Amino acid sequence: MADFFNEWWGIGIAIVVAISIAACALLLWSQSKVRVKIGTDGKPLPAETTGHVWDGNLMEQNNPLPLWWKWLFYLTIVFAIGYLIVYPGFGARQGSLGWSQVGEYEKEMKDGEAQYGPVFNKFLAMDIKEVAKDPQAHEIGQRLFLNTCSQCHGSDAQGGKGYPNLTDTDWLYGGDPETIKTTLNEGRHGQMPPMGAVVGTDDDVRNVANYVLSLSNSAHDPIKAAIGKPKFAACAACHGIDGKGNQVLGAPNLSDKIWLYGGDINTIMETINKGRNNQMPAHKDILTPAKIHLLAAYVWSLSNNGTAAQVSDTDVPAIKQISAATTLDK
Amino acid sequence: MKHIPIIPVPLDEVDLALFEERKKIYPRSQKGWFASWRWVLVVITQLMFYGTVWLNWNDRQAVLFDLVTRKFYIFGIVFWPQDFIYLAVLLVISALSLFLFTAVAGRLFCGYACPQTVYTQIFLWVEQRVEGDRNARIKLDAGPLTARKFSLKFIKHFIWLAIALWTGFSFVGYFTPIRQLTLEVAGLTLGPWETFWLLFYGFATYGNAGWMREQVCKYMCPYARFQSAMFDKDTLIVTYDSERGEPRGSRNKKVDFKAAGLGACVDCGICVQVCPTGIDIRNGLQYECIACGLCIDGCDQVMDKMGYERGLIRYTTEHALVGKLDKQAMWQRVFRLRTLIYAAILGLIILASAVSLYYHVPLKVDVIRDRGQPRITEAGEIENVYRLQVMNTQESPRRYSVRVLGVPGAVILNNADIDVKSATARAMPVRVRVPPNVLQIGSNRIRFVIQDLDAEDVSVTEKAVFIVPR
Repeated sequence: MADFFNEWWGIGIAIVVAISIAACALLLWSQSKVRVKIGTDGKPLPAETTGHVWDGNLMEQNNPLPLWWKWLFYLTIVFAIGYLIVYPGFGARQGSLGWSQVGEYEKEMKDGEAQYGPVFNKFLAMDIKEVAKDPQAHEIGQRLFLNTCSQCHGSDAQGGKGYPNLTDTDWLYGGDPETIKTTLNEGRHGQMPPMGAVVGTDDDVRNVANYVLSLSNSAHDPIKAAIGKPKFAACAACHGIDGKGNQVLGAPNLSDKIWLYGGDINTIMETINKGRNNQMPAHKDILTPAKIHLLAAYVWSLSNNGTAAQVSDTDVPAIKQISAATTLDK
Repeated sequence: MKHIPIIPVPLDEVDLALFEERKKIYPRSQKGWFASWRWVLVVITQLMFYGTVWLNWNDRQAVLFDLVTRKFYIFGIVFWPQDFIYLAVLLVISALSLFLFTAVAGRLFCGYACPQTVYTQIFLWVEQRVEGDRNARIKLDAGPLTARKFSLKFIKHFIWLAIALWTGFSFVGYFTPIRQLTLEVAGLTLGPWETFWLLFYGFATYGNAGWMREQVCKYMCPYARFQSAMFDKDTLIVTYDSERGEPRGSRNKKVDFKAAGLGACVDCGICVQVCPTGIDIRNGLQYECIACGLCIDGCDQVMDKMGYERGLIRYTTEHALVGKLDKQAMWQRVFRLRTLIYAAILGLIILASAVSLYYHVPLKVDVIRDRGQPRITEAGEIENVYRLQVMNTQESPRRYSVRVLGVPGAVILNNADIDVKSATARAMPVRVRVPPNVLQIGSNRIRFVIQDLDAEDVSVTEKAVFIVPR
């Protein structure tokens, strides 16, 4: 990679560096001796001052440094030259060690992988459901989740508006370990096209929305729902005739009371009119396969309390708490 | 008209080096009151340095600075990175103590407790044991390299290196458990960093105490340069009473020196010979003087022999010297505004940090609210999710309860106790639900109380906000 847009820049900087070093050496050499007159006794007169005078009478006393100090100065010059040979810094020269920041970063990542990789990798060979039972895996999984997933799904994994709750048993694409892993690796792009025009007028939309609410026995207007029912045919392509959704398409189940964007009439009408567009990013390039494996196990365990509860309570209180919370919710 | 230039007659000139060759100092060994105190300080500081590292506490090393896990263990207390303030306070206390001591008694630290002084003293003692005292050493160094000289030097450097390596070993022992370190050294399985620091610190000790000695005080130590700013006319300094001593000169003990027109100084040069920085204290106060008091010991002994009064060289103040103050008057001036202010600030800070350490709660909590929209349940209740970072700084597993205060009806949904292992941290998601219409839209104050279930006095209250969306 070129550091400069023109190779002359590198040469220019190398010249500046070389001149600077030479100038330091010259200055040091020129300042290590002073010319003094010889006194009447034939001996050099002691240099009491350096000869510099300020403000008429402020003089710089000559308190000489020890000789070894001068050699330390020269040593720094030798060090600088050695440094420029070994490391980059002399113009565009890369240095004999081939050192670079990118190289350092890659080396550290490799070292980190060598150190922590085995901890993660031992779980990679295990079945996800087995991993979910392992207290250490759970602890690691929680940390990974808090680092990577909690920004959208919340620290407690219960999601929020537009972000699915991962602790219930309702899944857009399926909640088996392999599907969760696919979701993590590839990401998901959930799309519902705007259906307002297809459904018809505003009243039609309201009627369909009431019908949708009736599917889950939520509060609705039975008359409007009845009118809206035929219009639901437009939605059935994805959500199914009974509104139970389709995990192949990622179409939500409309017959439960779990809503991604909200279960009131206005939100549902907004969804019908404008459609929805939702994206979960792919993580295969962000996390290692072993980490994805651990995360999948953690996420799977969140909605499969029965299995996870086998883990001792004292080791993993988080499971107990989250499961307690879910029970409270239902 | 033709201009005739005037050319001055060239005077003889020569080049003079602006850097000076080091003159080796051969301090003469000296016994006496101040010399004994110096040894007392050597013993105390080195027992502390070499010894502390071997003490145990709670089944671990009593003092251990574990840089890898970023925890400092000092006897019963575990310091976390969050306790960094105590390090700052320690440095402030050290600096203020130095100011106070310096204002009262000059460079007490330099002459007695500074590592440079202490190790130089130890190394010098070894040198004297092996090579002999001042004159023997001067003779040895001037002489040719004989088998005897070689073996003496070899023994000296061998002992020096042994002490230096032990010092380096003890130093690294504060950062790596020393018993483990012993095994690693014995088994030659020392890691690269431990090897480096052991050798580096050992080399520094050997070089500074064996070779550099007074050069460190004279040319490297910044304290030597700014200590004059803390001196005033009531600061105790080691000084030569020139009024009493001059004119100096040798004389017969039986002769009345006053009648001969002499001062008390017999010009024996003992004060110069014993000086570890190689100065002549009779030239007045110099920045090189580390106030070790050896010249006082030397001079007092000569005065005793001559039958003169002691104290030609003594600890005194400029005021006492010029104003001929008696001891009482001199000591009274110690309590001047400057020292009182130093002492007051020092006392306050020590008291404050002692109180703070006494009430130090071995539990730390950070509350971070999840970003993003709060949830609203079907019933209109509002939920905020928080992440609690709970740090158990005690060396036993702990169980904590979590409560929320400040909002009526607020409940923690996952209200289970938190277990945190010994000296570790845990991140804990906590979901707080508030009934509708209790809070106003926007941010509301809420408090988390984390309570150790086995210790009543261990609890932390942390502020947070609860967001109610529009």
